[in-house]
Amino acid sequence: MEIYLYQGLVGLTQAMYLWLLAAGLTIAFGVLKVLNFSHGALFMLGAYFALTFYSILGLNFWVSVFLSAACVALIGAVIERFFLRHIYQLELPFQLLLTFGLVLVIDDLVKMAWGRMFLVADVPGFLQGAVWIFGRPFPNYNLFILAVGIGVAIFIWLLFDKTWWGRKVRAAAWSREMSSTLGLDVPRTFTLVFMLAAALAAVGGALSIPMRPASPGLGEAMIVQAFIVTVIGGLGNIRGAFVGAILVGMLTSYSTMLFPLFELFLPYVLMALVLILRPEGILGGR
Amino acid sequence: MGFAVRFLLPIALILGFLVTVPIWGGRYPTYLTIQIMLLVVFALGFNLLLGYTGLLSFGQAGFFAVGAYVSALILLQVPSLLLGIVGGVLAAGLVALVLGYLSVRLTEIYFSMLTLSFGMMIYSLVWRWRAVTGGDDGLTGVPRAPLDLLVVSIDLSDIMNYYYFVLVVTVAAVFLMYRITRSPLGLTLQAIRDSATRAAFVGIPVRRYRLYAFVIAGLYAGLAGAMLAPLERTVTPIYSHWIYSAEPILATLIGGIYVFAGPIVGAVLFIGIKEIIVRLTEHWMIWMGGIVIVLVLGFRGGVVGTILGWLDRDKETARAEEREPEAGE
Repeated sequence: MEIYLYQGLVGLTQAMYLWLLAAGLTIAFGVLKVLNFSHGALFMLGAYFALTFYSILGLNFWVSVFLSAACVALIGAVIERFFLRHIYQLELPFQLLLTFGLVLVIDDLVKMAWGRMFLVADVPGFLQGAVWIFGRPFPNYNLFILAVGIGVAIFIWLLFDKTWWGRKVRAAAWSREMSSTLGLDVPRTFTLVFMLAAALAAVGGALSIPMRPASPGLGEAMIVQAFIVTVIGGLGNIRGAFVGAILVGMLTSYSTMLFPLFELFLPYVLMALVLILRPEGILGGR
Repeated sequence: MGFAVRFLLPIALILGFLVTVPIWGGRYPTYLTIQIMLLVVFALGFNLLLGYTGLLSFGQAGFFAVGAYVSALILLQVPSLLLGIVGGVLAAGLVALVLGYLSVRLTEIYFSMLTLSFGMMIYSLVWRWRAVTGGDDGLTGVPRAPLDLLVVSIDLSDIMNYYYFVLVVTVAAVFLMYRITRSPLGLTLQAIRDSATRAAFVGIPVRRYRLYAFVIAGLYAGLAGAMLAPLERTVTPIYSHWIYSAEPILATLIGGIYVFAGPIVGAVLFIGIKEIIVRLTEHWMIWMGGIVIVLVLGFRGGVVGTILGWLDRDKETARAEEREPEAGE
């Protein structure tokens, strides 16, 4: 029995990684209405920047994560300002293709800057070790990820639901024309929202480095995961993404234990089922 | 006269050129031309969905892989090329029929996401079903079996001979697709693309027609995959990964989405550009990505669409290049 509880905890940790990955994607889609294929690539950039600051330059862990998020947010600003801004009115295939083009560019830039090696970081000192839960050792770092995931969820909820800025963003997402008529600087708001989305991706990537090696193929693996989570939660639905992350995390964790053959397969089944039965996501409503 | 100069002469020249490739070119140009022809078939099928029906599939690699794996499995058992190819195509068509039935209920981004998840299901199946697919090792030693036509048996084990087989099949597939796009079916699909609501109002069963397009695209992807297995003699799971689905998408975008010749020219350019860049630098993706971004931002008609637009700015090409979506989808 205890093993099931323990596996649930592992699944929750997994879920928080997925949540950090998917939150930015679904926010960008909800506000900008563009599904950003390069979100996984931004996650990967976050991982590489953090590795550079933390492992190579030897900076403090927190500082590294923060600097990495700041760098990727700046890159996000460039992407929104110079590329995305020109495609909002285009048909869907062209929007997807542009962000896919960005994936190709970022992938090669990463190879040029960091090479093709798999890079891993050490778990920071104060988060090493493990606690004994359900008769098994549970890494402190996993507890830390659980806390960060919940913290980010609360932060996003407060930001969008309780602040004046969040209100303006929701207004811009609701109607670009109406908001700009009322004097809201919509282009600037969109840039800021995309910077936030990019920074969230980077935080996810930065926090994953002690657990998962960074490699040039990381972005392509992550973007599909992010799609699964956001689609299950409903594209653009932030709360849905949180629920979707927990569902996929649990599903992966338990299927790894019970039927490892289908561990890769099942998340796609869940994604397809949601799309066929409730395309607007499990939480419903657009 | 105009027709002969504009269409028959270029086609005759291209065919003449293609027939002589194995004669003046070495093994590698021949191999590369086969690659281009396979991508032509793959991308033409894909564009029936995107350019003609308005549906962007991100799972075409799944059908490509079904074609490749089934033809490889058959060829490993029975040394008959025709059986392998036909088996691969039919299997891909069958899978496309089932998955298409579910997919065409959705449109826009939801359709793209569903096809992506179906494609990745096939990928994880291929990856994990080791007993049948060989897992990450794939299937190796696929024979380039002889082509048995009633009484004659043509040996295709030499790539130069296999080239002519692929050429004949590709020309037939291109011609067939041209007829499809000009048939009532093709015109109906374009009507659905321009406005599904209006098409439904005049009594067109929209979903059924989208399914036709989906299955034809699946058959073409399967055909390309089925011909790949004997060419490479190996099939690996990479052919089913979504990254591989991007190849026909990129080729089609480069050539032009709303022109019949778009995917054909695009396939030539895609493989040609890649071949040239790879010789100069190992970083070909950044160039390809840059090309895609420039095309999306400035030349959405692709190479063919843009050139046609320059040549004669008559109404049709101008509309094809700068087509705006109908309101009230």
